[in-house]
Order: sequence, then structure tokens, then C-alpha cells
Amino acid sequence: MEIDPFIFRLSIFILSIFIGYYVVWSVTPSLHTPLMSVTNAISSVIIVGAIIAGLAGNSESIFNTSSIFGFLAISLAAINIFGGFLVTQRMLQMYRKKKKNK
Amino acid sequence: MISANLSAIFYLISGVLFILALRGLSSPETSRQGNLFGIFGMTIAIMVTFLSIGNFSSGFTYVLIFLLIGGLIGTFIAYKISMTAMPELVAGFHSLVGLAAVFVAISAFLNPAAFNLGSPGNIKLGSLIEMSIGAVVGAITFSGSIIAFLKLQGIMSGSPITFKGQHPLNALILISIIVLTYLLCSTQSSNFFWILLAASFLIGFLLIVPIGGADMPVVISMLNSYSGWAAAGIGFTLENSALIITGALVGSSGAILSYIMCKGMNRSFFNVILGGFGATEQSGSSQNKEQKPVKSGNAEDAAFLMKNASSVIIVPGYGMAVAQAQHALREMADTLKKNDIKVSYAIHPVAGRMPGHMNVLLAEANVPYDEVFELEKINSDFANADVAFVIGANDVTNPAAKTDPQSPIYGMPVLDVEKCKSVLFVKRSLSPGYAGIDNDLFYKENTLMLFADAKKMTEDITKSL
Repeated sequence: MEIDPFIFRLSIFILSIFIGYYVVWSVTPSLHTPLMSVTNAISSVIIVGAIIAGLAGNSESIFNTSSIFGFLAISLAAINIFGGFLVTQRMLQMYRKKKKNK
Repeated sequence: MISANLSAIFYLISGVLFILALRGLSSPETSRQGNLFGIFGMTIAIMVTFLSIGNFSSGFTYVLIFLLIGGLIGTFIAYKISMTAMPELVAGFHSLVGLAAVFVAISAFLNPAAFNLGSPGNIKLGSLIEMSIGAVVGAITFSGSIIAFLKLQGIMSGSPITFKGQHPLNALILISIIVLTYLLCSTQSSNFFWILLAASFLIGFLLIVPIGGADMPVVISMLNSYSGWAAAGIGFTLENSALIITGALVGSSGAILSYIMCKGMNRSFFNVILGGFGATEQSGSSQNKEQKPVKSGNAEDAAFLMKNASSVIIVPGYGMAVAQAQHALREMADTLKKNDIKVSYAIHPVAGRMPGHMNVLLAEANVPYDEVFELEKINSDFANADVAFVIGANDVTNPAAKTDPQSPIYGMPVLDVEKCKSVLFVKRSLSPGYAGIDNDLFYKENTLMLFADAKKMTEDITKSL
């Protein structure tokens, strides 16, 4: 009997939930805002699907209803990726320790 | 063009990098490196997608153009946004993830062949279910986040909007979403797909409208979680492990944050979601509050008290964010420190409008993060401190949460501000906080009320020091 590949994906999913659970509990509460903005950025990896959709059209008809939705999704996800990572970086730059060695 | 197996391995690598990105946030020192891991993981995922399609026809140019447009807008926002507007920004970003998930689901539904899911009208059942889940959760995330954004921006009233028959209506729509999903899967008709999307947009809107401004930390965390589940749903459709891993990470991250926020308010998740806090529970001790005497003072009085103190604990709240007083506050703290007064900051888990909101603002004002403490760590220090400086916080300091079982916030963990030798309370007026509850702390003998704009008062105190 062959196992449906879906079961493997489900396994990845369930195990990742557990990883997420333990990793997020170890995040220090003072970094909860950067945590939200970075999770925002990484969930935009959905852009992978958008790119596939955008490139699905053939060379005669690059724009069809499906690919247009793909292109729009690319832009939406890209706003999030760039905005999310950069604003996280900006925030993290501000977290500094007491200046003892100066 | 690279093989499907090779690209799957690369997707797995980018999933692992995302785990490391979150792991880095366990301390500020490692966090910046963690963020770089995240960026690296995203770059791999995008590159591999390009390579695995390998169709560099004219469509590729448009992909880059749209990518660039989004990237420029995102970069612009990231550098322009002020730190006080972070809750709105995060809510706005959530809505974009949600909408992107909906759009990807729509294109997969219209052109399933491109995703290896079958042909239009004959999509694999499993994929159709996964796609529907992704689309429904994405749509709820989108419209819910839009409402959260409008409320946080102040475009829409922050007070809960409730109407008769709200809960039955919501229940009806939720049931119809399940029925529509079933009908969609059995008939493959696109009509059901569009109605399903419309119903999901509607329920997202209806779910968030009755939730008040003070509960926004829970709402934002919850929507964060939803955006993750939406991504995971699409990840199953696309059979992409990077998306599945990320979706699970983000989903559980948001769920944990919601839990922490609910615990910070001593309320159950369902209590928050069903909404209407503050609007109905204003009975009880609100009658006799007008007559009680209040001691109020000016900046010189406050400066005098602080000068003679040996330790000061600052309790910031949402009011500090509104008044943009964080820089003035840090200047005041610097002056105090020059006079050999110990300064620390006490942060309540639900201070502000999103998890960690106060920490970011203090960090922006160059407050070292090792002077900033969470509730559990600092609460026992109030008894030994000379002055508590409460700026823009209210409900999180209310002793009624410990003493008055009738109070709506009874049982909520609060900062033991009243144990300080003296309490300075910067506030614009005696009005109650967002929960609509009177604060006994105002009438305590050792409390000095400073009625003024938080920023101006702080600046005046610094001058008087």
C-alpha cells in the first residue's frame, strides 16, 4: 500500500505547529511587535503561488483572468515581504543595551 | 529548469530558515541575525520558484514589474511609518496577506492546470477543499484586518458596534460557508466559489466590528494567526512545504500571542471575540465617584517628589503612544539618572494596542532594553520604589482588579502601583479608561494627579528637575 503524499504534507504541517509553539514561547515579550511584523513578512511566501499563477499564461495571452489575479497577488505579497522585513529590521536596530563600555 | 525534487528540497531549506528567523527573536542580540535568515529564506523561495517554472517568456517581465511595484511600495511604507502607528501597519499587512491568499486561490480555481490540480470543472477533490479553506480564511483575514485597521486609525469608532441578532446572524453565515464549501466540492460550480468568497468577506467584517479598541491586541494577534492558516491552506493546495511550514509557524505564533493577551486581561478568548466589552458593564460603583477628592499637582510638585526619590518606576500606556511622549520621557529619565536616581520601566502585557507595543516605542526613544521589565519581574519592586510615574496607562494599574469582585476587570493581573510611596498619574482628565471603569488609584492619599498632555507634562518636569 502506498501512502498518499497528502499524509506527508500533513505530517510536516503538524510538526511545524509544534515547532512554532515552542519557538514562539521562547520569544522574549519585548520583541512581540517585531515577531508580528516578521511573521507577516514570512507568511507572504505565498508569493510562490502568485508567481506560478502569473507565469501560467502562454506567450500569446500573458493576461488572462487567472494570471491577472496572480500578478495582483505578486504585488500584494511583495509589499508585505519588503515592508515586513524592512520595518522589522528598523525596529530591531533600535533595541540597544545600556551603554556601559562607552 | 530544476527538478521537482530539488526545488522541494530548497523549499524545505527556506522553511528551516524561517524557523531560525523566529528563533532569533528569543533575544535582542540574535534578533537582527534572525531577520537576515528570514530574508535569505524568502530569496531562496522566490528564486527556486522562478527556476522550477523555467518559462522565461514574456510573462516573466511582468512578474518582475509587479514584484518591483510591490517592493517599492513596501520599502517606502517601511521607512516612512512612525513607530506609534505600528499596530495599524501590522493590521494593514495582515489584510494584504489575506487578500493575496484569496487571489492565489482564485487563480488556482480558474486555471488549475497551471498548478497541476486538474482541469476547470474537474479539480481534484482534496485540492478543492484545501483551496476553499485557504480562500475562506484569507477572505476573513482580509476584511477583518481592514476593520481592525480602520478602528486603529480612528477612521472608524473604536467603541464596539453591536446590534440585535448579531450572534445568530454570524452563526448563520458560518453554517452557510460550510454548506457552500460542500456544494462547491460536489458540483465544482464557480458560482458557489464566488458566493463562498462573498460570505467569507462578510463574516470577517461582522466578526471584528463588535470588538472594542482596548481589545485590539487580541484581535491583531488573532488575525496574525488567521493569515498563517490561510497561507497553510494554500500551501497544501500548491503542495509546497515552505508555505505549509510557514503557515503553521505563523498560525501558532498568532494563537500564542492571542492567548498571552487574553491572559493579560483575564478574559477568555470567546469573551473577547463575542465582543461588546465596556459598553454594557458600566454598572456598580460608578454612581458615587464624583464627590471623592482628588489631589492634583503641577510639574514642579512632580519634579520635587522625584528629586527626593532614590528609585522611580515608569509605567507607560497607550496614552504615551497617542501623545508621542516617549522621547520626552527618556529625557526625563536621563535627567533623573544624572541625579543618581534609579529608573526602570514596567510594561503590562496589554499596554498599548498590540503585543510589545510599548517596548518598541521605548526602544525608539533609545531606552536601553535592560531597563524595561515585564509585569511578573517588576511587580514586587513597587513596594520598594519611591515614585511610580504612570503615563497614559489606566486600567492596568487599577487595584480594583485585585480587591473588587464586582469590577469587570476583577482577576486581571495589574501592576501594584499603589504600593509605591507616592504615585504620579499623568492623565488629561479623570475620565475612566477604555474598559469604562473608575480607577480607585486616583483617590488614594499618596496619588498626585498631573492633568496635562503627557508629552508637555513630561517636558515641564524635566525643566523643573
